[in-house]
Amino acid sequence: MNLTLKIWRQRNSQDKGHFETYPVSDISEDMSFLEMFDVLNERLITEGKDPIAFDNDCREGICGMCSMYINGRPHGPLHGTTTCQLHMRHFHEGETIVVEPWRAQPFPVIKDLVVDRSSFDRIIEAGGYISVNTGNAVDANAIPVEKDKADLAFTAATCIGCGACVAACPNTSAMLFVSAKISQLAQLPQGNPERKTRVVNMIHQMDEEGFGSCSNIGECEQACPKEISITHIARANHEFLRATFAAGNKNVKVEHS
Amino acid sequence: MAFTGIFLIIFLIVHASANACIFVPDHGATFNKVAHFLGTNWIMHLLEVGLFVGFILHIVQGITITIQNKKKRPVKYSMVRRPDTHWYSSAMGLLGIIILIFLIIHLSQFWVHTRFAGVFGGVGDITYDNGMYVNKPVDNLFGQMELVFSHAWVVIVYLIALLALGFHLAHGFQSAFRTLGMTSSRYIPVIRGIGYAYSIIIPLAFACMPVLMYFGVVHS
Amino acid sequence: MELNAKIPEGPLAEKWTYYKGHSKLVNPSNKRNLEIIVVGTGLAGASASASLAELGYQVKTFCFQDSPRRAHSIAAQGGINAAKNYQNDGDSVFRLFYDTIKGGDYRSREANTYRLAEVSGNIIDQCVAQGVPFAREYGGLLANRSFGGVQVQRTFYAAGQTGQQLLLGAYSALERQVALGKVTMYSRHEMLDLVIIDGKARGIIARNLVTGKLERHFGHAVVLASGGYGNVFYLSTNAMGSNVTASWKAHKRGAYFANPCYTQIHPTCIPISGDHQSKLTLMSESLRNDGRIWVPKQKGDSRKPNDIPQEERDYYLERRYPAFGNLVPRDVASRGAKERCDAGYGVGASKQAVYLDFASAIQRYGKAAAHKAQMHDADADTITRLGKQVIAEKYGNLFEMYEKITGENPYEVPMRIYPAIHYTMGGLWVDYELMTTIQGLYAVGECNFSDHGANRLGASALMQGLADGYFVIPYTIANYLSGEIRTQSIPTDHPAFAEAEKNVQDRLDKLMSIQGTHSVDYYHKALGKIMWNKCGMSRNAQGLKEAIQEVRALREEFWKDVRIPGAQNELNPELEKAGRVADFLELGELLATDALQREESCGAHYREESVTDEGEAKRDDSRFCYVSAWENKEGNNFELHKEPLEFELVHLTQRSYK
Repeated sequence: MNLTLKIWRQRNSQDKGHFETYPVSDISEDMSFLEMFDVLNERLITEGKDPIAFDNDCREGICGMCSMYINGRPHGPLHGTTTCQLHMRHFHEGETIVVEPWRAQPFPVIKDLVVDRSSFDRIIEAGGYISVNTGNAVDANAIPVEKDKADLAFTAATCIGCGACVAACPNTSAMLFVSAKISQLAQLPQGNPERKTRVVNMIHQMDEEGFGSCSNIGECEQACPKEISITHIARANHEFLRATFAAGNKNVKVEHS
Repeated sequence: MAFTGIFLIIFLIVHASANACIFVPDHGATFNKVAHFLGTNWIMHLLEVGLFVGFILHIVQGITITIQNKKKRPVKYSMVRRPDTHWYSSAMGLLGIIILIFLIIHLSQFWVHTRFAGVFGGVGDITYDNGMYVNKPVDNLFGQMELVFSHAWVVIVYLIALLALGFHLAHGFQSAFRTLGMTSSRYIPVIRGIGYAYSIIIPLAFACMPVLMYFGVVHS
Repeated sequence: MELNAKIPEGPLAEKWTYYKGHSKLVNPSNKRNLEIIVVGTGLAGASASASLAELGYQVKTFCFQDSPRRAHSIAAQGGINAAKNYQNDGDSVFRLFYDTIKGGDYRSREANTYRLAEVSGNIIDQCVAQGVPFAREYGGLLANRSFGGVQVQRTFYAAGQTGQQLLLGAYSALERQVALGKVTMYSRHEMLDLVIIDGKARGIIARNLVTGKLERHFGHAVVLASGGYGNVFYLSTNAMGSNVTASWKAHKRGAYFANPCYTQIHPTCIPISGDHQSKLTLMSESLRNDGRIWVPKQKGDSRKPNDIPQEERDYYLERRYPAFGNLVPRDVASRGAKERCDAGYGVGASKQAVYLDFASAIQRYGKAAAHKAQMHDADADTITRLGKQVIAEKYGNLFEMYEKITGENPYEVPMRIYPAIHYTMGGLWVDYELMTTIQGLYAVGECNFSDHGANRLGASALMQGLADGYFVIPYTIANYLSGEIRTQSIPTDHPAFAEAEKNVQDRLDKLMSIQGTHSVDYYHKALGKIMWNKCGMSRNAQGLKEAIQEVRALREEFWKDVRIPGAQNELNPELEKAGRVADFLELGELLATDALQREESCGAHYREESVTDEGEAKRDDSRFCYVSAWENKEGNNFELHKEPLEFELVHLTQRSYK
C-alpha cells in the first residue's frame, strides 16, 4: 500500500522541531510499524538524507523502548499494543499518518522521535523497590501470599515503563506508572515495612520531575499497552493518604546513608 | 480537590432539598419560611462562611492545577483527537468555568442583596430588571425567584449551567472517591452508579425550578 | 597460554563450599575504595551491579538502552528452574545439575554446572524477597510447571513474562543502589574498548550515545554482562540492539572466545513474512504440549491447511520419534522443520514454515469439557466451542500475539511456525571464578560460555544469569580484588586510556569517512543470510569453508562501501549499528571457523558429516570432548586452545528420543 507519513523532525533538544512529509510506497500489510520506518530510513540513507531517529529494541512488545505517538494516540490506534507490535494491516491505502514523539516536560526530546525517560528511573530510585540485600532472603515458601493478591500484584508489575500513560494523559501525569509499582509492592507482605515511605517518596519524586497531577480521566488506561487498570491509581491514593495521616510518620525523604 | 468536591456535593444536596420546598403547593409559604430560617440562623451563617471557603478552595485549586498541568506539555500535540474516555472527564476545567460564571450571576441575583441588605437597603428595596433587576420591589425570596425566572435568558443560562454541573459531577463524583483511595471492587460500581444518579437527579431537580416557574406551573 | 579453569579441589558437591571457605575476602573499608565496572544490565549485569554495590564496592554500570530496565532478559517468557523440590517429585541439586549437563550434550564444565544447580534455590528466595510476583497456588505457596527435557516440575514462572518480572526485580535492586550512591548508572552508553594496564583489565572506553562523546572510565575490575551474539544471524529472537561488541572488544584485547559455534535455534517462532522482516518473535515452547506439527505429504501443496485431509498430512515428528513425538528437544524439532522445508514440503507464502495445529487438541479438550459438564450428546459445534475455551485459557495471550503479528486466527487455521536463532551458548571463556583469560576481566550471564554446553535447556538462561550475578561474582571477585587493595585509582590520562580512546576514535573516523553506497542494514542482512544458510541449523565442511570466504569478502566490502549518515557528535543510531555489525562481521568468521573445526554433532551444533545411521546427531567424545577457546591474532586470525572436559560424576551417553 501507499501512505503519506507526517513525521516530527528535531535535530536535538535545543532545536524547535517541525513536521516533514514523506510518501512511502509498496508497504506490505505484514510489516510492523517500525519495519515501515526501517524501509523509509533505508531509502533516506541511500538518498543521502538523515534517517529518522526512533527508540526501539525488543520489537516484541515487552522492553518498553518504542514510543511513537501515532495519529493522536500513543502506540497507535490498537488497544493493548506497543508501536513495535502494530502492523500495517490496521491502516488503509492512501492514509496520512502523523507521527510525533511523546510530549511531556519531563520527557525532553533528544532527537526526532527519541525522548529522555530517565525521570522514570529516578522515580523508581525514590522507592520502587524492597530493601533486601542479596543473601538476606528467607526461604521463598516461608512467605505465603494470597493468590488473589499475588495475581493483582502481577497485573501491576506487567508495566513496561514505556511512558504511554504520560503521553496520553491530558494532564501529563505519570500516576499510572507510579501507582503500578506502589500497588504491586503494597499487595505483598514483603513490601510492608517500607509501605509508607515508598508511596510518599515516589509521589514526591514524581512531582519533582515535573509530571502533572492525576484527575482520574482514564486516558492512561486506554493507552497502556499492557492494559494496566487505573484502579492501581486509586490504590496508590489510598496508600498515600494512609501514609500521610498515619501517626508517627514524618513523611521525610528517606535519608541516604 | 476531592475533599472540597465532596464537601460541595453535600452542600448541593442541602441546597436542592431546601429549594425543593418551592414545590410545596402553598404559594411559596413553606419555602419562604425555610429560606428565612436558613438566612437568619447564626449557625447557618457560620456554615455559609465554610461553604464560601470550600468554594474558593475548590475554584482556586482547580484553576491552579489546570494551569500547572497545561504547562507540563510545553509543545502541544499536533493531532487533536477525540478522547478514548468520556469527553467531560478531560473538560473539567471548562465545565468548572461555566459553573463559576453561573455562580457569579446566581449569587448576584439571589444572595448579594439578601446578605448585604444593610448596605443596599432591605430586600424589599431592591429593584430588578431584565432578570438581574426588576422594577417591582418584592419582599420574599419566592417572589424574587418568580421575577427572575420570568426572563427566558435567565432560564436558558441556568439550564446550560446545570448541564455543565451534571457533567462536572458525572466525573467529579467518582473521581473524588478514587482520589480518596476507594479501590474495593465491590464498592466502585456502587459509587459509580450513585455518582451517575446523583449527577442526573440534582441538576434535574434544580432545572425544574426555573423552568416550572417560567411556565407558571409553580407560582405564588 | 595454558588454560587453567581453577576448579577447586574436593568432590563435586563440595567444591563451591570449599571455594567459599578458602577464597580471600576484602574488608569493608577497603571495598569502599575499589571500583568495579559492569557492562550490561540484563539479569546478570543488574544483579551483579546491585550485589556488588550492596557489599560496598563502588560500581559503575553501563547500558546502551535508555534505561537499565530495557535489557533483553525482559523478553524471556517461560520460567526459571530451581532445585527447590517444592513439588516433592524427587528433584534435587544433583538432578538439576544432571539434566543441565545432559541437555547440554556433555559439553559443559561439570564444576560450573553443579554450582549453578546448587545456588538455584537461593535465586528464588532472593527474587521472592524482592517482590517478584511468581505464580502461586491457592494456599499462597509458589506454583511450578514442567519444561522441556526434564521429568520433574521445577520451573517457577510469572505467566508468560517471567524474564520481565525477574529483570524488574534486579533492576529495582540496582536502582536502590543508584539512590544510595553506590552505583553510578550510565544509560545510553556503549562500551567500545577495554583498557588493559600491566596485563590487568583497568577500565573501558564508552561512547555517550546522546552526545557522541568518548569517555574514559577506570575500574579495579571489569565485569561484562553484555549478553549473546545471536544477532550475527541478523534475524533472531534477540532485541534489535543486542550485540557482541563488548565481548568482541575484550576478545580483541586478549580474552579467549569459547565455543562460538554453539548457537541455539528455537523451533517455534513466527515465520518470516518478507524482506522487510527485522526480527523474529518466539512462541513459547509450551505450545508443543498441545499443538501437532505437520506438513502436507504432497510436495508444494498449495491448498489451504483445513482443506488438506488427515491422510494427506505428514505428522513427521510423531512419525520419526514415536516416544517423544512433538516434544523432542529444541534442536531436534528445529532440524526436522528445516529438513521438511528444504525437501519442498514447506507451507505458507514463503514455503519456509510448518503447521502447528491445535485442531485435535481443541476436539480432545472440548470432549473432556463436555463430559465434565454432563453434556453427553453435545454436537460438534459445542465441542469445538468448549475446546477453544480451554485452549484460550492455556495459551490465550500467545494466540493473541500470533494473531496480532500474522493477522490469522490460530483457533481457526493452524499456526505457521519456523525455527529461529534464539540463544548462544558460546561466549567468552571463563574459569571457575568467571574470570576471562584477561586478569580482572569477568564475564557473567549469556556472554560467557560456561554452563550450558552445546545446548541450553528451557528456563535455564534466567537461572544462570541470576546465579552469576547474585551468588557467584560477589564471592569470586573478592578473591581477585583482595590483591588490589593497594592499587590506587588510576587516573584516566594514563597512556593506556589514551591509546584505547585513540583506537576507538580512529575506528569511528574510519567508519564515518567511508560514505559508500549501502546502508549498515544491507550488510547485516547479507551477513545473516550467509550465516543462516551455511552456519545455521545444519552445517557441513564445504558450506562452512564457503561461509568463511563469503564473510571475509563481505567484511572487506563493508569497510569500503558502507554509508553512515549524520555526524559523530550526536545521537546517531546508524553509527551505533555500524560498529556492531563490523564486529559481527569478524565474529561470523570465527563462528564458522569453530563450526568447521568441530567435526562432530553435539547439541545445537549439527554437522552433516557426523550422524548416526538414522540421521541423528552423533557426538564424538574421543576427539572433541573439550572446550574450544579461540585466541584472537593479528588480522582476524584465530588460534585454538583446548580445555579438556573431565567428568567426575556424569557418565557420557548418546542422547536418543526415538
